[in-house]
Amino acid sequence: MNDVAVCAPRTAQTYKSSYKPIWCPGCGDYSVLSSVTKALAKVNVAPEEVVVVSGIGCSSRIPAYTNCYGFHGVHGRALAAATGLKVARPELTVLVAGGDGDGYSIGGNHFLHACRRNVDLTYIVMDNHVYGMTKGQPSPTTEPDWDSKLAPGGTGMRVFHPLVIALAAGANFIARAFSGDPNGTAEIIAQAILHPGFSFVEILSPCVTFRPEQREWKELARPAPVAPTTDAARAARRLMSDDGFNIGVLFEGDRPTYAHGRTSPRCELADLENDFVLAGVDTEEVPA
Amino acid sequence: MMLATTQEQEARPRAIVPAHADATSLSIAVAGSGGSGVMTAGSLLLEAAGKAGFYGLMVRTSGPQIRGGEAAALVRLAPRPVNSLDDGFDLLIAIDWLNLHRFADEIALTPASVIVGDPDAGDLPEALRACGARYVPLPLKKMAKAIPGSWINMLALGLAGALAGLPERALEAALRASWTRGEAGLEANLTALRAGIAAATGIEGVRPLARAASRSDADAAVRDSPARWLLSGNEAAGYGALRGGVRFVAAYPITPATEMLEWMAPALAKVGGALVQAEDELASVNMIIGASYGGVPSLTATAGPGLALMTEGIGLAVAAEVPIVVVDVMRGGPSTGIPAKSEQSDLSFAVGGLHGDAPRLVLAPASIADCVATTQWAVQLAEALQAPAIVLSDQFLGQSRAILDVPPQRAGVARRLTAAANVPDYKRYRDTENGVSPMAIPGTPGVVYTADGLEHTEAAIPSSQARDHRVQLDKRQRKLVMHDYGAAWADVEGEGEAAVITFGSAAAPVREALARLAARGVNVRLLVVRLLAPARPEHLDRALDGVTRVLVVEQNHGAQFYRYLRSVYDLPGKPASFHRPGPLPLRPAELADAILAWRGA
Amino acid sequence: MNAAMEVRSAHVEQEGVPKTLAEFMALALAMEREAAQRYAEFGDAMETHNNVEVAELFRRMATIEAGHAQAIMTQMGWRDPPAVASDPWLDAIEGPETPRGDDVHYLMQPWHALAIALACEERAERFYERLAAMANEPAVRDAARELQREEHEHVALVRRWMDKVEKPAEGWGVDPDPPRYTD
Repeated sequence: MNDVAVCAPRTAQTYKSSYKPIWCPGCGDYSVLSSVTKALAKVNVAPEEVVVVSGIGCSSRIPAYTNCYGFHGVHGRALAAATGLKVARPELTVLVAGGDGDGYSIGGNHFLHACRRNVDLTYIVMDNHVYGMTKGQPSPTTEPDWDSKLAPGGTGMRVFHPLVIALAAGANFIARAFSGDPNGTAEIIAQAILHPGFSFVEILSPCVTFRPEQREWKELARPAPVAPTTDAARAARRLMSDDGFNIGVLFEGDRPTYAHGRTSPRCELADLENDFVLAGVDTEEVPA
Repeated sequence: MMLATTQEQEARPRAIVPAHADATSLSIAVAGSGGSGVMTAGSLLLEAAGKAGFYGLMVRTSGPQIRGGEAAALVRLAPRPVNSLDDGFDLLIAIDWLNLHRFADEIALTPASVIVGDPDAGDLPEALRACGARYVPLPLKKMAKAIPGSWINMLALGLAGALAGLPERALEAALRASWTRGEAGLEANLTALRAGIAAATGIEGVRPLARAASRSDADAAVRDSPARWLLSGNEAAGYGALRGGVRFVAAYPITPATEMLEWMAPALAKVGGALVQAEDELASVNMIIGASYGGVPSLTATAGPGLALMTEGIGLAVAAEVPIVVVDVMRGGPSTGIPAKSEQSDLSFAVGGLHGDAPRLVLAPASIADCVATTQWAVQLAEALQAPAIVLSDQFLGQSRAILDVPPQRAGVARRLTAAANVPDYKRYRDTENGVSPMAIPGTPGVVYTADGLEHTEAAIPSSQARDHRVQLDKRQRKLVMHDYGAAWADVEGEGEAAVITFGSAAAPVREALARLAARGVNVRLLVVRLLAPARPEHLDRALDGVTRVLVVEQNHGAQFYRYLRSVYDLPGKPASFHRPGPLPLRPAELADAILAWRGA
Repeated sequence: MNAAMEVRSAHVEQEGVPKTLAEFMALALAMEREAAQRYAEFGDAMETHNNVEVAELFRRMATIEAGHAQAIMTQMGWRDPPAVASDPWLDAIEGPETPRGDDVHYLMQPWHALAIALACEERAERFYERLAAMANEPAVRDAARELQREEHEHVALVRRWMDKVEKPAEGWGVDPDPPRYTD
């Protein structure tokens, strides 16, 4: 958690760039962009102190639409890049953003280990159960019977449960939000940013072009019926029976954040040469 | 000597030979945005031309939006097969002007061109006015509105088709064949089509394709012409792979290769194969290695960023001698680059980008039709030589659609040399004379072995011994270099002391450029290389017999092919290079200019 | 809106009603500002997708809503918009006058945009009607009724506007071309 700058409150507008998103009109990501900028305003960190790191996909276009520093990296590796950045520059506020294909498929391995490592990052996944940018292939969160060209009749594969996996792997803050509630989502993102360690926010964000049926998510999304828990075992029981539409903060952990970041130097560079110095003969070493 | 282009030269269209320099083909662009359906119009125009006995090529271009953005269908029609775009366009039909300036470089126009646009959509934009083309205003939107239930792109289709000289029957047939939305809509759109055809009669200045003298001649032309296909390079490559015997594919979506995989998914199921969508490219390449180790010819398709991830896997296939085929549909690089545009900039990577000494096969189809034969050949070679094969296709070939004569069947399905059961003293990596050792397929008794990326003895036991390393390195190289690839390794055409060497999608515009020069009495030999790796110097020497100077032509910034050829071959004289990067395709006129200038020197 | 949300909102309802005129006007201001912002976003999205006519229409609506907002600020003598309680919209997630994010379509026509605006104004009118019924403070009640009348006029205005605009033909949303690759 970063110290909040004490100065005039900023508004969501402060964090918006002048680039207009190319997302299809009606896309949930517009709302997520709005929520992210509102959340940053709540946290009131200077835009130049924020870096938004992303991968490849429609959702990963988001950095250029903010007024913060951005890194639009390669497919699936945003968490790795963000980890390097945060460990090297711990004073920055680092947000990681991307979609379900980028994050859970090719990025799956990095997701597991980012949760374990618990570096202070906030990871936002805009989940629309599809690969949008490449025109509609199933993603890990797509239902097993969703028909597509690449998997006719459906993949037949069990759906990936990111929240369960995040919990099992050690994420320190786990929440689900819905793009249909931009203010509620802004609230959750702000909490995630302020919560120490790896904060994971999965945001249901419908794709109007490839999954128009997701308009019904408005009817299905509901506030989670229970308050967030700090007990991992209880969270696990809840998440294992979660149907994917409970909205809210679901788990708040208290694991210590990653401790092997940069610290201030403890010695001079030249002191390291002591390892190499060949000692002269000590009269005690040589028997008389 | 480098004839690299400067940025400035790239910014404006090169000295354009008037489009009518190629008097037999007609180039039409249909542009519009926000649901105007120009891609569909272009596709139907191409199909109609096919039904009328013509050939054609269609290239798509669009803005960054997934739906509703500006788009243009670029269609070239001719009485003979065409594999390249012409220098400019004879006709531009603009349904609206929104962001059309984005396509200014791609849709070059001259004073001989005609632009049809809708005056209600605003004035002709300055960029288009400046080219001097003749502007014919036509109230397309009003005309479409007057036919309830019709689409404006059908008007454009009728207009384009009639100006091209296509018979109404062909246009109608194309529309009917594609229609899936009910009778009422079909009638309305047929009406729109006819309205477009009628509107063409008032428009001068577009010279139609060569027309048959009578209707019966036209019918005869269609009836007597050999069977033809209409498909994209991606589909062609997918089909070629199946012809070669591929029955397992691992897939990870990436522009511009996804369509190949999407075509193969149901096709494989039909022929008893399987496709698995992988979690990423690391998984894809390892999945196909696994399947191939099990005895099933396997393939994946990707683009530059995916190929980069697959390199470790390809190296494993080299070391363990497991056949795989990786199709790389090249796009603008480096890194994420320009995903929806073509470039030939993965060549260095394909021929060299593996750690260690890792010989592999690299092939490049030279046209959409060639995607069938070359992919099939790649499968055959990979299987025969128990090695990975990279097929360098590109976005231009992969995503363009063309009408072609049915490609001749390439002889032979892939055949892997396998070990019989219970062979005494079986050694998987036996040092044979031609370097190919029988491969035991799991399930075969008496010849079990463990495949390994670690260096190994002939008996497949891991080894760090100098002798074993030497033997295996020699074997893996020898098997590729000693193989008899036959005549397909390159196309050698024409005579002359000067030769142009090229590969892939650059071949078609180079061929056209050379045809224009030949018409002026300037003769240049052409070498289109299909087998890029391994390099075989004596074969190149034979192809360049009598040649004293060569010019290497390619579409990338770093002159990759030029540098590669110079590194593995002794080229005659002082080899020269013409290279420029994507996203704009190479055009015959710029190549003709460059070749003439080089040859004159 | 599903049952769970209704249960929750009944509990919130009593608390959600503004208690002073200033609180109420702050809420009204927030409504106009949120709507203005959403219409502006729609305008940008439409322009990016070459739907110029609708883009301009949304920008006009944004300007109108911003105008309403400015009028409130002037009337109340505010320089900056005051904060409002979180979740102030009774049982709705967003302000009643705010168009819903997924109501737009890249091929939509002016009539659709006006239909959206109509729905917004109608929701706003009903919202003020409910607040007026629920408010205990007379100043709040009067203000709510006043704004309800204003929204009622807006509804009529939009209806008249819609009558002048061509109704979209069937199949307006059909795009002959499939979606495209970009990345």
